[in-house]
Amino acid sequence: VNDLRELYQELILDHARHPRNHGAIAGTEHCAVGHNPLCGDRVVVYLDLRQGTIARATFEGSGCAISLASASLMTEAVTAASLEETERLFESFHALVTGGLEPELAPARLGKLAAFAGVRDYPVRIKCATLPWHTLRAASRAESTRVTTE
Amino acid sequence: MSVRDRREPGAVDSGDLASLRADFPILARRLGDGRPLVYLDNAATTQKPRAVLEALERYYATECSNVHRGLHELSARATADYEAARATVARFIGAADPREIVFTHGTTESINLVAHGFGNGMVDPGDEVLVTEMEHHSNIVPWQLLCARRGAKLAVVPIDDGGELDLDELARRLGPRTRLVALAHVSNALGTRNPVERIAELARANGTRVLLDGAQGVVHEPVDVQALGCDFYAFSGHKIYGPTGIGVLWARAELLEAMQPFQGGGDMIRTVSFAGTTWNDPPAKFEAGTPHIAGAIGLAAALDYLERVGMERIRLHEQELVRHAVDVLGSMPRVRLCAAGPRRTGVVSFCVDGIHPHDVGTVLDHHGIAVRAGHHCAQPLMERLGVPATVRASVACYNVRDEIDALARGLERAFEVFTA
Repeated sequence: VNDLRELYQELILDHARHPRNHGAIAGTEHCAVGHNPLCGDRVVVYLDLRQGTIARATFEGSGCAISLASASLMTEAVTAASLEETERLFESFHALVTGGLEPELAPARLGKLAAFAGVRDYPVRIKCATLPWHTLRAASRAESTRVTTE
Repeated sequence: MSVRDRREPGAVDSGDLASLRADFPILARRLGDGRPLVYLDNAATTQKPRAVLEALERYYATECSNVHRGLHELSARATADYEAARATVARFIGAADPREIVFTHGTTESINLVAHGFGNGMVDPGDEVLVTEMEHHSNIVPWQLLCARRGAKLAVVPIDDGGELDLDELARRLGPRTRLVALAHVSNALGTRNPVERIAELARANGTRVLLDGAQGVVHEPVDVQALGCDFYAFSGHKIYGPTGIGVLWARAELLEAMQPFQGGGDMIRTVSFAGTTWNDPPAKFEAGTPHIAGAIGLAAALDYLERVGMERIRLHEQELVRHAVDVLGSMPRVRLCAAGPRRTGVVSFCVDGIHPHDVGTVLDHHGIAVRAGHHCAQPLMERLGVPATVRASVACYNVRDEIDALARGLERAFEVFTA
């Protein structure tokens, strides 16, 4: 059996316990609700978008350690990034957690997000890791619609 | 069959259990790296005894054919076995007549059948359907759809903090327009065994029909629909050691007679013409198209097996397991049992301080322990309990005390990973 610590790395546990950028951004139109109907998890992502660059990203919601840590580390990773860079980051992250990208080959831009490599061994938990990202994408397009992982 | 002699009531001893476990081939399998399987997700689906697997094989290997239409020998045999399965189900739940048994795909279809067959004709604008706060989505949504179709009103009976129904409130909600009370015999999320006999009495005195969602009831105690006093009883084959895709609706003969058909097709008609079509008699009236023949035969094999083991003995054994689980888990400081009422059956639902149920589920799975973590298709109930989800351990006749202890050890591992 792969070690549980591969999944629950210290960095992930830390962000799950103490989520960064937790809260709303008042007045922004760039906000979206993500919902995982399978487990009832719900996340709201808020963006302060300025000329195609994310000046600030925050989230609200509760969920499992993987989804909380993913949302928390995501908001850190996308701060000051352009939407194009953010999209590329999501693509790499998605490939990493779904097993399409070997952890050793992960691009440097993933940074701390590489901690989620262990998710690939737990297929039922992939949605926990990707829900915040799907929701961020919707928020950037100011889609006020509901995002689901189904 | 190794279980044949075990008829005397009383607790099942460990020797008995070892041989009973041997009747379920999957329990001997090892998971990925050789760790044994501790299966505590029985409320999702139960494992199948060899008797069921053999019945399926026998049908497909020796008499596979369609029912109610062939003149040839195989079809005659398949028809006889399919109808014998109906009689077995009727006997198992104390139905007055096999013709009161309708085979469906499962509990969900059984409830939808009643929502259409009974609801469309007998629930009028302004009437009410009463459900409870602890229902599975499959016993909420069909009634919401019915009420929307018919301009009727859906009313909800609340539960208390112990997960028990408020009977006084239920009695108050039974009004002159209440056509039906639909509730779980046993809650799938909490394990609460509802006082359905008393509720049926109250309903009957009010001229209200009662539907019981028996998916988690029939598998945990001897069921006699006459004694329960309900009008409809729905359950699934796969949650009572039978195959997936087969289910049962029991309804009183006069109701089946009066109800409209649910689906149209072959077998449910007497004559078809473009001038007008006439219906077959129940239960055929509600079994359009080729039924799940193998499923019905497999379900009957499961019920025969359970009769040999004895449902009362199973009830006592499972009660003992649940009591042990409540004791062990209840003494763990970080574990909070959900709605720990006294009438718990088959299920222990809990939350762990500081660890989301999904993370608990993943750690337990890592140690070979299968549980359910989620909202259990009961979102209104989760909202009432103020939790997004729970961890649910659910037992079956083949579980043993050691497996409850393994669950507790698995939780200790979770505490280690997620230090507070």
